[in-house]
Amino acid sequence: MTEMSGADMVVQALVDLGVDTVFGYPGGAVLPIYDALFNHPSIQHVLVRHEQAATHAAEGYARSTGKPGVVLVTSGPGATNTVTGLTDALLDSIPMIVLTGQVPTPLIGTDAFQECDTVGITRHCTKHNYLVMSPERLGPIMHEAFYIATHGRPGPVVIDIPKNVQVATAIYQSPAAVNHISYRPQVEPEADSIAAAIAMIAAAERPIFYTGGGVINAGPAASASLRELVELTGAPITSTLMGLGAFPSTHEKWLGMLGMHGTYESNMAMNRADLIIAVGARFDDRVTGRLDAFAPHSKKIHIDIDRSSINKIVPADVAIVGDAGRALDALIAEWKAQKLQPRDMGEWMRRIDGWRAARCLDFPESTEENAEIMPQRAIRSLYDATRGRDPIVTTEVGQHQMWAAQHFGFDEPNRWLTSGGLGTMGYGFPAAVGAQIANPDRLVICIAGEASIQMNIQEMSTVSQYRLPVKLFILNNEWMGMVRQWQELTYESRYSNSYSDSLPDFVKLAEAYGWTGMRLDRLDQLEDGIQTMLNTPGPVIVDCRVAKLANCFPMIPSGAAHTEMILQNSEVSGTMDDEAKALV
Amino acid sequence: MKIQQDIAERHVLAITVTNEAGVLAKITGLFTARGYNIESLTVADISSDHAVSRITVVTQASAAMIDQIIALLDRLVPVHRVVDLADQGPHVEREIALVKVAGTGDKRIEALRLADVFRAKVVDTTLESFVFEITGNSDKVDRFIALMRECGLVEVGRTGVVAIARGPKPL
Repeated sequence: MTEMSGADMVVQALVDLGVDTVFGYPGGAVLPIYDALFNHPSIQHVLVRHEQAATHAAEGYARSTGKPGVVLVTSGPGATNTVTGLTDALLDSIPMIVLTGQVPTPLIGTDAFQECDTVGITRHCTKHNYLVMSPERLGPIMHEAFYIATHGRPGPVVIDIPKNVQVATAIYQSPAAVNHISYRPQVEPEADSIAAAIAMIAAAERPIFYTGGGVINAGPAASASLRELVELTGAPITSTLMGLGAFPSTHEKWLGMLGMHGTYESNMAMNRADLIIAVGARFDDRVTGRLDAFAPHSKKIHIDIDRSSINKIVPADVAIVGDAGRALDALIAEWKAQKLQPRDMGEWMRRIDGWRAARCLDFPESTEENAEIMPQRAIRSLYDATRGRDPIVTTEVGQHQMWAAQHFGFDEPNRWLTSGGLGTMGYGFPAAVGAQIANPDRLVICIAGEASIQMNIQEMSTVSQYRLPVKLFILNNEWMGMVRQWQELTYESRYSNSYSDSLPDFVKLAEAYGWTGMRLDRLDQLEDGIQTMLNTPGPVIVDCRVAKLANCFPMIPSGAAHTEMILQNSEVSGTMDDEAKALV
Repeated sequence: MKIQQDIAERHVLAITVTNEAGVLAKITGLFTARGYNIESLTVADISSDHAVSRITVVTQASAAMIDQIIALLDRLVPVHRVVDLADQGPHVEREIALVKVAGTGDKRIEALRLADVFRAKVVDTTLESFVFEITGNSDKVDRFIALMRECGLVEVGRTGVVAIARGPKPL
């Protein structure tokens, strides 16, 4: 075998691993790899305008395809700019590989130009990371990194490659299969825990499925299995923000999202259930509300691929460690093997219908033609207008994100791309770029707020360069709305730095980048405006001016229980005690 | 508002890991990032090819917290096994301390006498100093050092705890 340079090995390994797209930004310490990529026939390089955007684009690519996203950046600032995206991918379990250039090995530790301790900085925001000190190690490390990023609980992996390692030559080693000495995640659930879970499900009078992003990560087959198990058992189902789309929002057993901005029926059902079947969800604080009042009458079955998620927040009565899809399949097989029939859920569903009657997602609005647009109405109109077009929807973070989660329905997995765990403003737009690159013929919409969008707005240039028909739908209320909402609830409406001052003219901004821009001010413009957006080829910004002071309800205030939801028409101004203020 | 703390117990963890750069930082970083305290930490490679190291960590944690620490350690890529030795039945703990005592006259004689009682070895001496080597569990080492404070103690170096389960079975 002939030797090749480290840079060529990186590219060869990407080809061998089936990578078709790399999101990146060049710089001094990574130039050898960029040269190896120059006019490469099978790998498309997408040039972003900021390295943070490369990571979110890779997340969007990964979340919409199920394949790992790949990022290539230079040393120093290139690497540090990926930290937010790495952390985002770690918290939301997104498979991602970030290749960073590094100064040559003799200069490491000397404060060289564009040097930073990349493996040190990224140690706690990656699933694993590597500093490659010799070209012989590059092939095995590349393959191992992809294995680790995509097996077990998915996550981001950094490979830091000094420039001299990219230039030096060695024989490329490509392992047929990675057989890791210590990393062996448990994928298959244990039979006795499956049997114990089935016995509990069969005996439950008021069961509820509580599902999360783990079902999406387990692949589309897991979502299909979830539907089958819900049909078999007859139990109603709610989901976390990250799990939306795993179960159809149009199904009669669907209760909507749960948690802080979840539906009244989901949260009441969680509180009154006698059995919670958690599948690929981790009892996040946004879901549980006040812990000592969380689901007090229920036993819990917890399915998770990460052993450390189990008993972390809420003790499990039956723990099933394994892949969500395999666990669901095993539960289905056991249910059928025992020839079980669903219990009569009539009484339980009637109670749920009683909570549904609260119509918690209704909102006050005027139907006058020149009325202002309610943000919830804008989302519902967008949903109605895109039904049947199977759109991919990304969001930024804030009120618009919660309104989208509440009012936009998803029937299939991998259509809903949002930053759940880290709550990263600036995620949604680059994620839409990544999703559109991966799905060039699909409708990709980024629902944003006027504050969040400005955190990675430079990516308009990327969209123009690659002629991506991304639709950017901005709910513009001239406030960091969620911050303002919390200031109303907690700090007697002292609006400290939450007003979006000095906004750009988004229509002119669109024109400056060669996009189409439009502005919607009144309710009678909304539906036509959305149609125009959908019918306009190429990228479009819609500056949708919405009611400025609308708040996102229902809401469980911090420190409150599921049963203490604030509904739309409740009094919200006030203050809170220190215990509640101290909660995030 | 007051911040409440859980009641903590002492745990001795034996962790086997791939002997590679950064693994110790990953493990200690896991403790610091989550606010867990490390009382003592020892590490050395233990396999003939130097590929595997054994780390012994002594920490204070509540039952729920130690379960979480073990799960988090276990999911680190280079970690092979994590065992809470206190959980596994009886085990032996040892640490070594080197204790330097300076002085002359009665204090010097008393230091040597106490060292004999504790079966500490003299590993260096001058006319006005001793360096003692003492091996034992942490309590014994603590008590010896406390006595030496009265006899002219000037410097202490301790290894931290290494521990192993009693009986014929490996980890």
